[in-house]
Amino acid sequence: MNINLTLIGQTIAFAIFVWFCVKYVWPPITEAMSARQKKIADGLSAADRASLDLELAQEKASKELQKAKEESAALIDQANKRAAQIVEASKDDARKEGEKLIEQARAEIQQERVQARDALRAEVAAIAIAGAEKILETSVDAKAHSEMLDKLAAEL
Amino acid sequence: MAADTPVEYIKHHLQNLTYGKLPEGYERADGTVVEEATWTMARTGQEAMDMGFMAIHVDTMGWSIAMGLLFLGLFRLVAKKATTDTPSGLQNFVEMTVEFIQNIVRDVFHGKNPIIAPLALTMFVWIFLMNSLKLIPVDYIPSIAHALGLEYFKIVPTTDPNGTFGIAIGVFLLILFYSFKVKGPGGFAKELSFTPFNHWSLVPFNLVLELLALIIKPISLALRLFGNMYAGEVVFILIALLPLWIQWTLNVPWAIFHILVVTLQAFIFTTLAVVYLSAAHEDH
Repeated sequence: MNINLTLIGQTIAFAIFVWFCVKYVWPPITEAMSARQKKIADGLSAADRASLDLELAQEKASKELQKAKEESAALIDQANKRAAQIVEASKDDARKEGEKLIEQARAEIQQERVQARDALRAEVAAIAIAGAEKILETSVDAKAHSEMLDKLAAEL
Repeated sequence: MAADTPVEYIKHHLQNLTYGKLPEGYERADGTVVEEATWTMARTGQEAMDMGFMAIHVDTMGWSIAMGLLFLGLFRLVAKKATTDTPSGLQNFVEMTVEFIQNIVRDVFHGKNPIIAPLALTMFVWIFLMNSLKLIPVDYIPSIAHALGLEYFKIVPTTDPNGTFGIAIGVFLLILFYSFKVKGPGGFAKELSFTPFNHWSLVPFNLVLELLALIIKPISLALRLFGNMYAGEVVFILIALLPLWIQWTLNVPWAIFHILVVTLQAFIFTTLAVVYLSAAHEDH
């Protein structure tokens, strides 16, 4: 418990230890620590940025998707309309064609009817004349009586 | 063991291994007379005392330097291969300690000085290691030393007032240095003269008060650490005097308690030193 030179020796040892620590121990350790701190902070901010980017990309993708959907819907709509138009147009055409055909057929029928009637009339007139000839036993002057016969035929 | 009675045993365990200068004509314990002043190893407590100031405690110096080298070696090893990637176990431990000190210094120290934090780290770890030596059973190392022919051996440097005062003097010199550097000689003198009472007629009173307060700082630092460690050591020695079968019932709890004391004292010493240095940096 005597106070002696140890006191001074201890102070010198302390000074040397502190000097060594200040010079060779403290700086590398704290530098490594702060470098790691920075690294971690950078990593975290990068992660933040990445998640932000992801969010933006997702938003963009969903927007694109929406747009595509809308476009396709519009296309389909258009196509439907167009199809309906075509159908309508072809229906119209068909109807017109049909009507035309019917009209034609009718005209033909009418014509044939008129022809048949004319033929029949001529035949009837011939038969009537023949009958009349027989009845009268004289020849009827066809020319003389043609006017009358025509009248008769027209009445049939 | 060179001790037969409890009193001798205790005295023996509290005596440092002293290497010093014996004056001319000194009669040693074995009756021989020293012809001329010689440097030699003290064989008794009385001899060590008679050596006066010109003596050195070999055990205190040796163990404190060993602990200092252990600290510096360990930390330097880590510092050399410090990586910014995931730290290994040892680096993690070292960084934890460094961060702990950084926090103390950040909280307590308000100036700007890159020396303070490593200084605090040195004090904390060094004192912690020196205190930790106390947890080695009191008879182990002295017995080995005795077998090697050394009469006395006290391994805990902080139970030697020279050890604690040596560190405290270092801190005191730094306090003085930074007081002069930051405040200037005039500013420092003014602070000593005009606080706490700012009146010219009270300058002598202030001066006495402030100088006392200044000198008390290293003394309180050193005595607190020394007192705690010394008292703990004495209790360990007393427990060691008990019969073998009962020793552990007291020794174990006391040692566990001292794990706390060892850390706490190192922490208190460091924190107070930083507080004092912070005050030295404050310019009013």
